[in-house]
Amino acid sequence: MTTTTESSGRPPSPPPDSQPVLSLHGVSKSFGAVSALTDIDLEVFPREVVALVGDNGAGKSTLVKVLAGVHLPDSGEIRFEGRPVHVTDPSTALGLGIATVFQDLALCENLDVVANLFLGQELSPLRLDEVHMETRSWELLHELSARIPSLRTPVASLSGGQRQTVAIARSLLLDPKVIILDEPTAALGVAQTAEVLDLIERVRERGLGVIMVSHNMEDVRAVADRIVVLRLGRNNGVFEATASNEELVSAITGASDNSVSRRTARRTQAAADATDPASTPTPTEADS
Amino acid sequence: MSGTERTRTEPRRIDRLDDRLAADEGVAGAARAFGRRVRAGDLGALPVVVGLIIIWTVFQTLNPVFLSSNNLVNLLFDCCSVGVISLGIVCVLMLGEIDLSVGSVSGMSSAILGVLWVNHGWPVLAAAVAAVLAGAVVGLVYAQLFNRFGMPSFVVTLAGLLAFLGLQLLLLGQEGSINLPFGSTMVNFGQLVFMPPVVAYIIAVLAAAGSFATSAVIAASRERAGLTAKSMTFLALRSGVVLVLLLVVVWYLNRDRGVPWMFGVFAGLVLVMNYAFTRTRWGRSMHAVGGNREAARRAGIKVKSIYVSAFVLCSSFAALGGIFGAARLASSSQQAGTGDVNLNAIAAAVIGGTSLFGGRGNAFSALLGIIVIQSISNGLTLLNLSSSLRFMITGAVLAVAVMVDSLARKSRAAHGAA
Ligand SMILES: Nc1ncnc2c1ncn2[C@@H]1O[C@H](COP(=O)(O)OP(=O)(O)OP(=O)(O)O)[C@@H](O)[C@H]1O
Ligand SMILES: [Mg+2]
Repeated sequence: MTTTTESSGRPPSPPPDSQPVLSLHGVSKSFGAVSALTDIDLEVFPREVVALVGDNGAGKSTLVKVLAGVHLPDSGEIRFEGRPVHVTDPSTALGLGIATVFQDLALCENLDVVANLFLGQELSPLRLDEVHMETRSWELLHELSARIPSLRTPVASLSGGQRQTVAIARSLLLDPKVIILDEPTAALGVAQTAEVLDLIERVRERGLGVIMVSHNMEDVRAVADRIVVLRLGRNNGVFEATASNEELVSAITGASDNSVSRRTARRTQAAADATDPASTPTPTEADS
Repeated sequence: MSGTERTRTEPRRIDRLDDRLAADEGVAGAARAFGRRVRAGDLGALPVVVGLIIIWTVFQTLNPVFLSSNNLVNLLFDCCSVGVISLGIVCVLMLGEIDLSVGSVSGMSSAILGVLWVNHGWPVLAAAVAAVLAGAVVGLVYAQLFNRFGMPSFVVTLAGLLAFLGLQLLLLGQEGSINLPFGSTMVNFGQLVFMPPVVAYIIAVLAAAGSFATSAVIAASRERAGLTAKSMTFLALRSGVVLVLLLVVVWYLNRDRGVPWMFGVFAGLVLVMNYAFTRTRWGRSMHAVGGNREAARRAGIKVKSIYVSAFVLCSSFAALGGIFGAARLASSSQQAGTGDVNLNAIAAAVIGGTSLFGGRGNAFSALLGIIVIQSISNGLTLLNLSSSLRFMITGAVLAVAVMVDSLARKSRAAHGAA
């Protein structure tokens, strides 16, 4: 199996002002016989949105969990603001300033929304400041156009999208330096998705690094500065946000040489057109 | 349209912007909200209070002595030991774990107290502190076995049940029991010291006033922040009811010997634990770990230290309960902490409304639950029923309590309020 081909897209030049806020080199992680991640390299700069894409089981969530301190990597190096760090548990990651929204959300269903938002960072630990926490929660959720009737009901009673909003709001509470979002818009409605994409841009403007995992190429292209493709647990190319759909799809699904595969696709398409024009309802894309 | 109308009469609260929310304002609103919660399976203290009324009515009709001041004072005395143990059980149940060895640990603690104080001549306070510390060490050992080796808590504590019963027998040696000196502060505390009537009344008034003051302060600051707050009328009404209840109880007990100080200490511990569970980050973390351990870990909570705190508190309360029991019986014996102590402590917590499934519980469940358990035990003793029947009935009550817990849990899941 071939890995990244240089032709598949030159990594765009990083923002000139800085070093990566978070970088990984040669990170590997296996679960028993399954190598979920092999030799992963990844860099996130401040003021940058990196989209992480790949097929189901490509290892995106595993990578997210390694960064969040949920899983320990078997080998490789993680640097945060240039310093090598050992992210041994989630509290270390949070302490560094890495906030994560997990794919499975990781909320406590028995607690209410306010308690979930502030879990682990409650205001005044010996005399919880519920009033301040609740007003802050409303502010935060309004920012996300959340449609949550009451913050004092257990999270168990919320819809999937409402929970996702809560999980996203929680990641913002800590004033982190890097935000990692694992499929943040998967369950969201139209307005909320737009809000989250806006929010990602706002967060970027504040100078944060953002890693966003998504299967939705439209969302990815809307906000990402760079698109990193994982395939079967390995790096499979880095693309500009302007990369074409075919380029991305073939990197995700594993065609080794994109230009070749694109040509083949075009040629077979043309052949099909010639033999049976009626069978192709959509016109072939013009290539300038 | 209705939205704008409401805005004109009263400023819209930031937590009442969603039109789908039922508006529960004022006293009537509080009552409606309560009714809705109960239907959704969030029963709170309701089943216990109903159960208690039934139990008291039945025993009172069978034996008029049951509700006499004298008998109720005895009942309160008998609540303290197992009640304190049950307070510790609430801590471990909150995490969805269990401690089956609290009886043995309480027995061990009473043996340590007897040996150090009576046999070795230690000051009584030092002996008591040593006994509680021994309990804390037991909890620490459990927590290490649980955290490091992933041993299920029921296995660890089942092993502890036998081991510490053995230690208790070893400490007590051949004689098998040590009599604690009558007339000593410790024994008086367990049998004879009561609050002077005036003090008891003052405490009752302070408790009601305190509950009103704290809730009024919260309501006022919510009001200032633009959040919905419980109305002052409702709070005053609630505290008024509490005050009347407390005054009636104190008055009734004062017709006999009065309110035992030991019970006062137990109630004080309940209040402290209630504060810790509801108003501190530690309490919030306990609920979180009990509800979803992995989510709590990912939120940065030190899950292992939460387990340590719960096991240590549980065993320490068990040891303290053992001391209360020794004071009550004026002896450290081989029987201390055996028999139904274990089960009663666990049953009390569950009957009081702490869930066996973790993530739900409160300190008052130990208080309410133990009053139910002791009422049954006391009533059956008054009827001269043998302990065999007592065991069977207590077992049945525990089964019913667990059934209510499971059903309420199902209903909560159906109503979206796990
Ligand atoms: N805790 C685990 N134990 C064992 N195997 C795991 C575990 N977590 C992930 N894996 C394996 O690692 C591989 C990558 O999984 P991962 O969840 O990272 O995929 P993903 O890219 O997030 O997929 P999706 O798009 O479906 O979310 C899969 O083969 C999966 O079976
Ligand atoms: Mg995933």
